[in-house]
Amino acid sequence: MTGPPGQPAAPGPPAPPGPPAPPGGWHRLHPFSPVVRSGRGIIALLAVLALSRTMTGGSRSPWVDIGIACAAALAAVISWLVTRWRLDGDTLRIESGLLRRDSRQLPVARIQAVDVVQPFLARALGLAELRVRLAGSSHADGRLAYLTEQAALDLRARLLAAHHGLDPATPAPAEQIAVVVPTGRLAASVLLSASGGALVAVLAGAVVAVVLALVSPAGLAALGLAVLWWLVIGASLLWRRVSTQYGFTVAQSPDGIRVRRGLLGTVAETIPVLRVQAVRMIEPLLWRPLGWCRLEVDVAGSPGRDVADGTARARKTLLPVGERDQARYLLALALPAAAGPGPGLVRPPGRARWKAPLSYHFLAAGHDAGTAVAVTGRLRKVTTWVPLAKAQSVRYVQGPVQRRLGLATVHLDAAGHHVRAEFRERPQPQAQLLTDELAALSRAARRAGRGQAARVVPPVNAAQSEA
Amino acid sequence: MPAVPDQLPAPGPPRTPVLAPSPRLWQMRCAEVLVAGACLAVLASTGAGLAAGPALAGLAAMVVLAGAIGVLWFVRNRFRSWSYQERDEDLIVQRGVMIRRLSVVPYGRMQFVDVTAGPVDRLFRLATVRLHTAAAASDARIPGLERDEAARLRDRLAALGEAKAAGL
Repeated sequence: MTGPPGQPAAPGPPAPPGPPAPPGGWHRLHPFSPVVRSGRGIIALLAVLALSRTMTGGSRSPWVDIGIACAAALAAVISWLVTRWRLDGDTLRIESGLLRRDSRQLPVARIQAVDVVQPFLARALGLAELRVRLAGSSHADGRLAYLTEQAALDLRARLLAAHHGLDPATPAPAEQIAVVVPTGRLAASVLLSASGGALVAVLAGAVVAVVLALVSPAGLAALGLAVLWWLVIGASLLWRRVSTQYGFTVAQSPDGIRVRRGLLGTVAETIPVLRVQAVRMIEPLLWRPLGWCRLEVDVAGSPGRDVADGTARARKTLLPVGERDQARYLLALALPAAAGPGPGLVRPPGRARWKAPLSYHFLAAGHDAGTAVAVTGRLRKVTTWVPLAKAQSVRYVQGPVQRRLGLATVHLDAAGHHVRAEFRERPQPQAQLLTDELAALSRAARRAGRGQAARVVPPVNAAQSEA
Repeated sequence: MPAVPDQLPAPGPPRTPVLAPSPRLWQMRCAEVLVAGACLAVLASTGAGLAAGPALAGLAAMVVLAGAIGVLWFVRNRFRSWSYQERDEDLIVQRGVMIRRLSVVPYGRMQFVDVTAGPVDRLFRLATVRLHTAAAASDARIPGLERDEAARLRDRLAALGEAKAAGL
């Protein structure tokens, strides 16, 4: 990674980050943005050009290469020049594009999550990218790359304050660290979850090696190379998982749950608590003896592009690995309705074994006035909490085998793909009652939630006297 | 399973009528199956006739037609299984023969309604109304509605969705 020297047409002298401009006006992104944004691309381009030069024997003039690199740099600078943003009142506006002008308005009331992302190069220069996530497709997300780190944090505080109906000038509230994941445990958990696949691979490799050794020794060398290649790929995958989750810290703050992680590049995600659609606790087979589990939350939105740092996902990790107590504690933070012992779980009747011989082992589900809980899965035990106030629909499904056994499944869907609590294999009359009951309870919870949302958004003068 | 609390509406006789798709949906499905069956029968009988003589050609046509009648029986059950009910707060859609499904979708959760009519639908003056929520799985689709009914349902759903809208 090189800094500005790797950039043939670096934009003028770096402007020192001045005092934050008064709110309301149009702002530019940081002048170093084109360097950071195109940094990797330019390096890759130069590498490709150098490679093609050696391949063709250097018959081309070097000016062609320099021209291509300059054009790419110029494009980055122009894109920086035509991008501007402003926050007026309750809307964040971002305008970009030279030929195809793109003017984007993001109402702060619709914010689902705000992320501050710092890739390594940006972090080295003290810059950060701000991503504002709305419901709907990831194309609707607002991205400001790059601001100075302080400006990004300030804007995040302003956006979240406005999102909660406070005066945008309210300073960022103090946060309280809830959970820090130790690096040793993180590495152990990644190794453990990879060890199942690795074991299968090693066994298969051993069988192939024995067969090859009997047939031809030359094949053995080829196999060795292939194994080496796979080891490199596997190690890089494991490294990526550890480096993106490194130093995982969950903090509680009045404006949402804040997750910080990353070794070289860092990510700070903020999830407003009212935006949580579902929480999922996952206990893989090999983690269970250690009492470890993973916790994920779902926020509304499509799965979107799977960016390497995972911020574009609708499913966010709240705890990459931890003990059940930690998970319960975070669950109470993310889903206050699910705090406490939770609803009693009911197991399906024994005849459900015919329908679900494997997963019957853990199958259970229950609900109270605020939350539905469902446990599914055999190798990976998955416990899902869905707040009834977030339910999008209730479905009753009965397949042919279930009908013969007098069973049925009730799904409680929340926003997103595959976000639901499943009351599997309930006796048919119970399932019918349950469908009506869940529909009625979620209606009541929705009404109560509407009142709660009104309380969370107080008039501005009241908020100021509070602050 | 906790007992049903008292204040919940007992699952008694429905207060709002249970509606079904138009009988023309059944006619449309019949036409689709018969046209497809006839085409297949012609193809099969020519194929069999060229390969093994006229006796087998007749047999092939008979087999295909018998298959079409079997399919018609299945299609009739499927047609009969559709029903929907507009309750005060939610829409209930019921469907399926092999896999029975019932969806309860609150009006407040509606993101948008769309009405679609393909060429065959238009020939029979029918349309499909589909109610979308933020959850990918909640599938509230009602096929084979007469145009007036589809328009009425669309307007009513849109109005109710607006009146009872709830944030995500």
